[in-house]
Amino acid sequence: MSSPEEKSMSIIVTKGSLDWAYPPFILATTAAAMGLPVTMFFTFYGLPLLLKKLDLQVTAAGNTAMKMPMMGMHMGLPNLLTAVPGVDAACSVMMKNLIKKKGVASIEDLREMAIEAEVRMIACQMTMDLFEYSTDDMIDGLDVGGAATYIECASQSDINLFI
Amino acid sequence: MADHTLDAKGMNCPLPILKARKALKEVPAGGTLEILATDPGSVADFQAFCRQTGNELVEHSVDDKIYRFLIKHTAA
Repeated sequence: MSSPEEKSMSIIVTKGSLDWAYPPFILATTAAAMGLPVTMFFTFYGLPLLLKKLDLQVTAAGNTAMKMPMMGMHMGLPNLLTAVPGVDAACSVMMKNLIKKKGVASIEDLREMAIEAEVRMIACQMTMDLFEYSTDDMIDGLDVGGAATYIECASQSDINLFI
Repeated sequence: MADHTLDAKGMNCPLPILKARKALKEVPAGGTLEILATDPGSVADFQAFCRQTGNELVEHSVDDKIYRFLIKHTAA
């Protein structure tokens, strides 16, 4: 793992929507760039972030206070409307446009940079069984493990985050 | 004059840091990397980056909303 004076970090990644995919990948790539060995443990809805082909969406109903900049204001959506079909797709298009316009990296790019920076990625075996995913559907170079694999890593890390 | 220049204008967090890290690897020990950025958050972030990695932030300045950083490659 890491030498005694070297700090290290682990992140449990539990959410797989477009917006929630950002914090773990931003922190993992930045920590790696600052010299920290990083491990990401992908479990439950975070697991599909390891699929070869990503199709990430914003889930408006899951972010009840979500507001987007629009026409010089910040516009929210009545929470009842977040259940209407097509609303998530429309919010996702708006979000992706904003991401591009503001020079924010795509999740695909950040994931690629995390791999380049040798961030260790562990796919949760139980979640793979539960939701019927196979490593064939996922990017190369993953470790597969369970809670004990993560706990061993966390016990040796200085920073442990749950996102 | 810096040995290398990285144009990170228009990029948002954490891209300027990630690109700088990559660019720094190409700079020989003792050499300097100049970074140009428009992200106001990069001012605090490059200071933290240098403190954490042991590279020296020789100077930083802002001119017409362009932030300029000069980092000396002093860390291993």
